[in-house]
Amino acid sequence: MTTDDVVLRRRTGTPLTWVRGGGLSALVFALPLLVIFGVFSWLPIVRAVVMSFQKTNLITTSWVGLQNFQNVFADPLLPVATRNTLWFALLALVFGYPIPLVAAVLMREVRRAKGLYSALAYLPVVVPPVVAVLLWKFFYDPRPEGVFNTILGWVGIPPQPWLQSMTMAMPSLVLEATWAAAGGTVIIYLAALTAVPPELYDAAEVDGAGVWRKVWHVLVPQLRGVLFVTLILQVIGTAQVFLEPYLFTGGGPANATVTILLLIYRYAFGNSLGGNYGEATALSLLLAVFLAVMSLVYFRLTRRWSTS
Amino acid sequence: MTTTSRLGPASPPTVLDAAAGEAPEATRSVTRARRTRRVSSDDGDDRSAVSASDWRRPSVRWTLGPTHWLLLVLLVVWCVGPLLLLAKFAVTPTQDILRTPMAIFPNGIAWSNLSEAWNDVQVSKYFVNTIVLAAGAWFSQILVATTGGYLLSVLRPRYARVLQAAVLATLFVPAVVLLVPLYLTVLDTPVFHTSLVNSFWGVWLPAGASAFNVVLVQRFFDNLPREVFEAARVDGAGPYRLFWSIVLPMSKPILGVVSIFAVIASWKDFLWPLLVLRNPDLQPLSVRLPSIEATTDKGVLMAALAISTLIPIVLFLVFQRMFLRGAGLGGAVKG
Repeated sequence: MTTDDVVLRRRTGTPLTWVRGGGLSALVFALPLLVIFGVFSWLPIVRAVVMSFQKTNLITTSWVGLQNFQNVFADPLLPVATRNTLWFALLALVFGYPIPLVAAVLMREVRRAKGLYSALAYLPVVVPPVVAVLLWKFFYDPRPEGVFNTILGWVGIPPQPWLQSMTMAMPSLVLEATWAAAGGTVIIYLAALTAVPPELYDAAEVDGAGVWRKVWHVLVPQLRGVLFVTLILQVIGTAQVFLEPYLFTGGGPANATVTILLLIYRYAFGNSLGGNYGEATALSLLLAVFLAVMSLVYFRLTRRWSTS
Repeated sequence: MTTTSRLGPASPPTVLDAAAGEAPEATRSVTRARRTRRVSSDDGDDRSAVSASDWRRPSVRWTLGPTHWLLLVLLVVWCVGPLLLLAKFAVTPTQDILRTPMAIFPNGIAWSNLSEAWNDVQVSKYFVNTIVLAAGAWFSQILVATTGGYLLSVLRPRYARVLQAAVLATLFVPAVVLLVPLYLTVLDTPVFHTSLVNSFWGVWLPAGASAFNVVLVQRFFDNLPREVFEAARVDGAGPYRLFWSIVLPMSKPILGVVSIFAVIASWKDFLWPLLVLRNPDLQPLSVRLPSIEATTDKGVLMAALAISTLIPIVLFLVFQRMFLRGAGLGGAVKG
C-alpha cells in the first residue's frame, strides 16, 4: 500500500461513521499499547536525548549544551571503563564463542537422548543471574579451602587469588558469565543446524564427501549467517555488562573491573547526594550510538544473507 | 515468510521477522517431532552431517560415540555441577562449607539451613514479592502484546503502520539508554505526577513495553487463517468477541512462550527492581539476596540461593520444549 492509497481511502466521515466502522473498538485495543509504550518507552527515549544536553537536580533543569559530554570525556575513568568493557567482550568471545559451536555441532549428531543434552546445556541459563553470581563468588573464595582452589589443589596447582587479583578478576567474571549464557548460544546454533537442508548432505555424500568434509564444506558455510548474528548479539550484550562487575567486585580491585554500564550507574545512582543524570544519559547515549552502529551492520548483513 | 513486504521499507529486522513468523510453524514441527519420536527415534526425516551410512563405518562410530559420552560428562560437570554443589551447600553445616567445601557431608546434614532461611531471613516474604512481581509483569506483557498484536494484525486501522513502525523502532534502542530517563519517568509520572518508586506498579507497567512480545504475537496472529475470522464476523461476532473467543484460544502456543519468558525474565531481573523498590519489604529475592549476603551465615545463604533457584528450574523442567523453542526463536533479542 502506498501513501496515495492512504490518501484515497481517507474519507470525510462524521464521528458516527467512525464508530460504526470499528474505529472506537480499534482505539480500545490500541489503548494499552499506546499508554504503556508511550509512557515507558517512547517518552523515555525522547527524554534520553533531551536530558543529555541538560543539567537537572529534579527540581530545576537547565540547558548546558555539550557540557555533559565534555565532562564524560574528561572523566579519567572513561578510558579505563572502555578498556575493561572491551577486554570483557574479547574474553567473552574467546571463552563463549567457539565452544558452544563445537558443542552444538556434536550435539546435533547425538542419536539417543538428544533432548537430555540440550536440557543440560540450557540449565544454567534459567538460574537467576544474581544466584549464579553469589554462588560463583563463593566458588572464587581465595583461601586454600575455597571451592575452586580445592579443585586446583587436587591437580597440584597452588591456590589462586581469583577476584582479588587485578589480572584474574576480569577473566573470573567472564568465566561465570560464560557459564550463565553459553547454553542460550548452543540452542541458537542447534536451531540453525536443524534448518540446514538435508539434501545438501546427501549431495555431498553422493559426491564422496566424508564426515569432515561435510562438516567443513556444507555445515559451516550454512552457519555463516547465524555465526555472525551470535557474534553481534554477544558484542551488544557484553557492551552492557553490569551485574557481574556490580555484584562480584563493585568495580575493583583498583578499578580493574569498572565497565561502562557500571560508570553510568555510578553517575546516576552511586552518589547519595543526588544523581548526575545528565552525564549518565550522555554516556549511555554514546554507548547506544556504538551499539546502534553494531546492530545496523547486523541487520544489513542478515538481510543480505537471508535474501541471497 | 514474506510478511515483510507489508511493513514497507522501514522494516529492518529480517531475522526477528523470520523467527517470529515461524512460531506456528515451529509449534507444528514440535508436535510432528513428538509424533515421529514415538514411532521411531532416528528416522530419515532428521538427517544431519553424519549419515546413517557414516555411522556404519567403524572409524566414525569409534570416534563419535566416545566423544558424545565425553560431551555428556562435560555437560553434567560444567552445567549441573555448580547447581549440585549449591544443593549440597544448602543442607551442609556452615563450618563444613567453609572448611571442606568438596567433602560429602563429613559432619551430617543441616536441614535447619532451609527453615532458617525461609523463616529467620524472611526468604518467604521475598519469595512472595518475587511471585507477585512476576505475576503482574506477566499480566501487563500479555495484555499489551495480545491487544496490540490484535490491533496491528487483525483490526488494522489506518494508523496501524505508524504504530507498528514506532513499536519496531524501540527494538533498536538498547536498554541502557532507557535506564535513567525511565527511572525519572517512574519517579514522577506524566499527567498524574505520582511516584511509582516503592510500588509494584513501577516494575509491572514498564515490563509491558516489550516490542519483542508485540512483534512475536502479531506475527503469530498474521498466520492464523483469515477464513475463521470471516466466519465469526458473518455469525455476528464483534471485535471484542472475535478477540476473546476466537483469536486468543487459537493462540495458546505463542501465549505460552510469551508467558514463560515473561515470568522467567521477571524472576531474573535485578537492576530495575533495585532502582524502583527501595523499601526492603517490597524487594524480590534477586534484589534482597546480595544485600543479605555479607551478614548471613553461609549455610543459610546457600539455602536461600537454592530456594530462589527452585521455581525457575522446575518451570524449565516442566516446560522444557517451550523454553528451548523460545530460546531458538528469541536469539534475536538477547541484548
